[in-house]
Amino acid sequence: MLELLWLIPTLPFAGFVVLALIGAWLSPGKVALIGVGSVGLSAIMAALVSFRFLLSPPPGHLYSQILWRWIEVGNFMPEIGLSLDALSLVMVLVVSWVSFLIHLYSAEFMIDEEGYSRFFAYMNLFVGSMLTLVLADNLLLLYLGWEGVGLCSYLLIGFWYKDPANGRAAMKAFIVTRIGDAAMAMGLFLIFTHLGTLNIQELMQRASELWTVGSTLPIVAAALLLAGAVGKSAQLPLQTWLPDAMAGPTPVSALIHAATMVTAGVYLIARTHVLFSLAPAVQLIVALIGAATLLLAGCSALTQRDIKRVLAYSTISQFGYMFLALGVGAWSAAIFHFMTHAFFKALLFLGAGVVIMGLHGEHDMFKMGGLRTELPLTFWTFLIGSASLSALPLVTAGFYSKDLILWQAWSSKLGSPWLWGAGLAGALLTSIYTFRMVFLSFFGQPKARVSRGPGICITIPLVVLAVLSVIGGFIELPETLGNRPLFSEFLHSVLPNPVGGGSLLLPFQALAAIVSLGGIWLAYLLFLRHRRYTENLVRTPLGTALHCFWFGGWSFDWLYDTLFVQPFATVARADKEDKIDLFYRGLAWLNRTLHFGLSATQSGRVRWYAAAIGIGAIVTIGIAVLL
Amino acid sequence: MALVLMRHGLLLAGILFALGLVGVLVRRNILFILLSIEIMLNAAGLAFVVAGSRWIQPDGQVMFIFILTMAAAEVSVGLALLLQLYHRFKSLDIDAASRMRG
Repeated sequence: MLELLWLIPTLPFAGFVVLALIGAWLSPGKVALIGVGSVGLSAIMAALVSFRFLLSPPPGHLYSQILWRWIEVGNFMPEIGLSLDALSLVMVLVVSWVSFLIHLYSAEFMIDEEGYSRFFAYMNLFVGSMLTLVLADNLLLLYLGWEGVGLCSYLLIGFWYKDPANGRAAMKAFIVTRIGDAAMAMGLFLIFTHLGTLNIQELMQRASELWTVGSTLPIVAAALLLAGAVGKSAQLPLQTWLPDAMAGPTPVSALIHAATMVTAGVYLIARTHVLFSLAPAVQLIVALIGAATLLLAGCSALTQRDIKRVLAYSTISQFGYMFLALGVGAWSAAIFHFMTHAFFKALLFLGAGVVIMGLHGEHDMFKMGGLRTELPLTFWTFLIGSASLSALPLVTAGFYSKDLILWQAWSSKLGSPWLWGAGLAGALLTSIYTFRMVFLSFFGQPKARVSRGPGICITIPLVVLAVLSVIGGFIELPETLGNRPLFSEFLHSVLPNPVGGGSLLLPFQALAAIVSLGGIWLAYLLFLRHRRYTENLVRTPLGTALHCFWFGGWSFDWLYDTLFVQPFATVARADKEDKIDLFYRGLAWLNRTLHFGLSATQSGRVRWYAAAIGIGAIVTIGIAVLL
Repeated sequence: MALVLMRHGLLLAGILFALGLVGVLVRRNILFILLSIEIMLNAAGLAFVVAGSRWIQPDGQVMFIFILTMAAAEVSVGLALLLQLYHRFKSLDIDAASRMRG
């Protein structure tokens, strides 16, 4: 069974090839069958392989499958090889099943769009690349998948390419993540130069044998990999691309910018956690980046009007939590939060997609309202997703994963009260902005008519994801609530548990629960009960300034525009005339002038030639005589 | 044997050479240009002969015979060119052939 592992990434690739070659001549039904079917088969395959893996684990909890040798240059011999261990198994399951649900949703959601087969071709290519990324047994193949998802992200954000703004958003996403990717490539060079291999297992072993904790090399290598992860996972300071990436169709936002691609950064750090453990300084930076990002993005999410942008900032913020967890060494907590986040964030995006579709592409939450009665099923599933996002105690998956992160941010050896405090403040922000979104769009007076409700292909993913958003948390019950940490026990063969621990779990959990409920209550007061009061608050000078500042994403776009884009454009403008080329153009001019001068002497008049010979002879003799 | 002063001989050769050169430069008729070239060749030959007689050596006259031979060859080529020129342009003006084609 396990030897069918190679089919998991291959099936979506095959779907892509078929759709890219003959998709334009197929009927929409067949396109959907191929597009959704290939990912569905891949998901079933992933489930079968996982089942087998769980029933009879291979030796060392690791199954490797080497397909062929990719390149052979000297001692550089990367292989196209897949490896399955507990970590990649979790990733593969989540990626393939969530992708399948989103594909199913897209089959109905995108049906009226031009380029239906192009859409599914890109989506399949994306899923194939993502599965390659998580299954790769060496960093080079991982990098191939990494770049593949980046490319698909570009293609899908710019899917509606007729609007130049979408093209710009796509380019922004591509270029900003490219900065991180370049750093990551350098990291790979460094690792290969010093450790002589890119195979992940060998690399981890050699790194822990050859490098000492805190020496320069692991710090540089980890920092370079971190830069790649920061770009992909939209963390500070490379987070600016994600809100703009909402220009793509909603299923794309759900798939790429919430559930899968942005998780690549988290996965990379968890995958190479040995390197990060060897570089405590970098690990501290990971935690700090996570804490800062979750607060910044949370504040920005609070002020957005566009429902998708709220979710975008929320995604950045939730990935901040994962980075925080990685930074304090709570590796499995980060992966756990990745899983629950994939469920509820995909659900929220898909729900938002239904709302947007029903209101003829209306994104502004202030023009929605009262959708509770018009779209009841969407409302209930969206509410479950929101509850999970704001970590409603006990009944939602988000509670268990976020609570685990908060607890370990406090209790782990690398944690600190400051990190925990930032996480708690972020949790408050999360529940406020989440329920602001719910109250604004689903409660209050109806402001627009809903023209189109969801069909069966949209309903199924919503319901399944809603169920997962609730029960997904029960596989990791904390000590106080049954003490069944199945998830981290399962991941234990790959990811070590954090060092440290304490006995104050219960008060902390109670505090987190209070914060979550308090946030919802505050949102109720501010955005449903006393709307006028909130509007007045925003109208005060300080309120307006803060609102503008947060609305623009803490002016990071402006900062980068001033720091990098404009100086570059100025230099480019100043050099429009190619000042540096003046010297070379002077040389060319000199040559041409000499050429014209000399060619003028070739007049064809024999007597002039004779005269020239005569004068030349006289001059030569004259020089010879005189000297 | 009346000795010719070397100075006089060389002077004559120089004058003849200059005359020939001026002829080559100012004449447009190719026949006269050929004649002028003959004069220059003979001026050079004269200089050899004068020098040979000055040092009582036969080499000067040997050189002159070489020059004569060369001049004969040159004239044959020159006259052939002249005929071609006349055929092509119906004139003996050397400047008529100043246009270069391919």
